[in-house]
Amino acid sequence: MRGLLNKIFLVDLFQGLWVTFRNQHPKYIYTERYPEERPKVAERYRGAPRLNINPDNGETLCISCNLCALACPETLIVVTSERNEVTKRKDLTTFTYDTSRCMFCGLCEDACPVDALELTQDFEMATYTREGQIWDRQMLEEGPKPTQYKC
Amino acid sequence: MPDSTFLDSTELVLNMGPQHPSTHGVLRVILKLDGEKVLGTECVIGYLHRGVEKIAENRTYAQFNPYVDRMDYVAAISNGLGYCLAVEKMLNVEAPPRAQAIRVILTELNRIASHLLWLGTHALDIGAITPVFYCLREREEALKIFEKYCGARLTTHAFRIGGLLYETYDGFEQDIRDFCAMFVPHVDEYEELLTNNRIWIGRLKDVGILNADECKEFGVTGPVLRAAGVKWDLRKAQPYSGYEKYDFEIPTRQNGDTYDRYIVRMQEMRQSVRIMQQAVEAIPEGPIMGKVGKVIKPPVGEAYVSIEAPKGELGYYVVSDGSTQPYRVRVRPPCFVNLQALDRMIRGGLVADVVAVIGTLDIVLGEIDR
Repeated sequence: MRGLLNKIFLVDLFQGLWVTFRNQHPKYIYTERYPEERPKVAERYRGAPRLNINPDNGETLCISCNLCALACPETLIVVTSERNEVTKRKDLTTFTYDTSRCMFCGLCEDACPVDALELTQDFEMATYTREGQIWDRQMLEEGPKPTQYKC
Repeated sequence: MPDSTFLDSTELVLNMGPQHPSTHGVLRVILKLDGEKVLGTECVIGYLHRGVEKIAENRTYAQFNPYVDRMDYVAAISNGLGYCLAVEKMLNVEAPPRAQAIRVILTELNRIASHLLWLGTHALDIGAITPVFYCLREREEALKIFEKYCGARLTTHAFRIGGLLYETYDGFEQDIRDFCAMFVPHVDEYEELLTNNRIWIGRLKDVGILNADECKEFGVTGPVLRAAGVKWDLRKAQPYSGYEKYDFEIPTRQNGDTYDRYIVRMQEMRQSVRIMQQAVEAIPEGPIMGKVGKVIKPPVGEAYVSIEAPKGELGYYVVSDGSTQPYRVRVRPPCFVNLQALDRMIRGGLVADVVAVIGTLDIVLGEIDR
């Protein structure tokens, strides 16, 4: 009997409609208005790589130990260095990071003993060319500069 | 003059996929049809083959860890847990209790996220558009927790061999508690939308029946097996990562049809919340990383570890030859094994049921093709 009444009065249908009606309120809007409203990524977000420089003297923190290149599963990091005759240490010459093959696993930043290589919160890394995805040392130190759109 | 023209012929071969939206990826199903009736099916897989098992042979143990996330990308954390447990078994180390508790919380959260995506897309296949929006809304909250914890939302790489790399962030426990409190009413909401809906019942009841014996024959695991009435859950049967400490139930149903599998998964989400609530109140203090060296070099030998992934039994078989790279990694993916039951489930059914049955198997092609 009850089942029949439920069938005649479309109880299940109205139950469902009541759920959708409850969720109509504007406070339940979850859409992010991306270019206008910047998303807040988490502090630990693994985004664009950055090669940190010492803020005091502007020199790179990298000691050219090559551990990041060894840790990388895709072997996309290439570090070259030359020996400084005065300080008897290795000076970084080039640092290439192929972001097109990167899967942002974070193993390189774990491997870095001096916190020079870091995955930052920047996430806008689109380029118009494939070559633009291969970042050199300058690009890594400055970070990506995406165009800011306003409306 | 031929005996019959094509108008007289009764059999029609129809390709479904690999670009069909309701095959959940790049699955191609060749359907043999007699009108609306399905006479037989054949699955063609391999469109997403990336050779993950071969890649493992050229990577160190730690380097292979991010790749396992890319198999079942909907439940990346479960994959990572299975692989880490397998290598830990070979190294004969165990993750510290604190790491184990955090692993359990994140894995259960991932189970919820995986089931939510399943529910949304499955309902979408059947024709109920609304649940997918609500499911993705709640899944977003889970993914936010992953992002805060380890910095990535989908392919997380959250666990390391021997324990964890990341300590919990400030407010992790509160986030989990808030999620649990927020989530249970939302499950009620989905059930209100679907469970008693006559279209939902009409489309799912007695569709794609797979009984317990057939499940065992095919080696089918996970919610598909439990919906057929077999109380088999690896979290209870062979507890790993401290699951024996938590009090939860294995939801089962009797008929083994598509509707029962829906009910089982809904119950599982509630049980996951229960596990998370217990685990978050009892996270022990202590280290999060076990005694594992920088260079992981397991002794010669092999290890097989299977865990209960959201889709079923996920096994990792790792063979070591004593070097820093695995000699062989073999994955026993739940979806690959579950998919072979597809033919048995839809033979004799209707074309419209094919979509429902593929949806109910909860397959992820990244894991089937590897």
